[in-house]
Amino acid sequence: MIEFARNVRLWFAPEAVRQEGTTPDYRFSLANERTFLAWLRTALALIGGGFAVDQFLPDLRWGWRVGLALALLAAGVLCSLRAVNHWMRCERAMRRGEDLPVSRFPALLSVVVAVVAVAMVVVVLVGWEG
Amino acid sequence: MTGPARDPGLQPERTRLAWRRTTLSATVVGVLAAKTALHDSTSAAGIVACAGCCALWLGFLLVANRRIRALAATGRPPALPPRQATTAVLCTVAVALCALALVV
Repeated sequence: MIEFARNVRLWFAPEAVRQEGTTPDYRFSLANERTFLAWLRTALALIGGGFAVDQFLPDLRWGWRVGLALALLAAGVLCSLRAVNHWMRCERAMRRGEDLPVSRFPALLSVVVAVVAVAMVVVVLVGWEG
Repeated sequence: MTGPARDPGLQPERTRLAWRRTTLSATVVGVLAAKTALHDSTSAAGIVACAGCCALWLGFLLVANRRIRALAATGRPPALPPRQATTAVLCTVAVALCALALVV
């Protein structure tokens, strides 16, 4: 948690990052940036999915509709915050010449997306029957 | 195209296109947000939320444009400044919070 707070400070302090280690090959930094953008697109897609559930499944009961939308929106928020955090950690690891950080977030996210997808299938089928 | 030493892997160009794709995703989310905000009723709260989402979208475009210009300026562009990354992420989170307010 303290490590995370330190990272959050670094998000806003570009100079602090540059003080550590040496500047890596610019291509590695750009690849890291593209990975960050891919995660940000994932987050935007999840947020868009939240809006879509709210807008395009109007026949669902209020609880299900809002619950699914909230799950997708929360996943989007987590995903975007984690994107910038992971980008920062990778950038620092590259500057220091360390191994890139490992993460269990991709596995976690895929499980959450699978659960939401199954819930949507069930809800839509039940909704149609009822 | 006029950069000093052209990178055969086209890394700056790929990064520029990644930013473009991301702004496209942000635009889709913005359209969905506007639809949600103005769909149910054109209440004052809905209009405020819609305006907020539009402002956030513009902020995102601004960050992307600045970065794209920085990428095009030299053959070996500097790394993404953390402040730009944080701004882009905060715009995304703020749109999600707008969505939260609209959906509930």
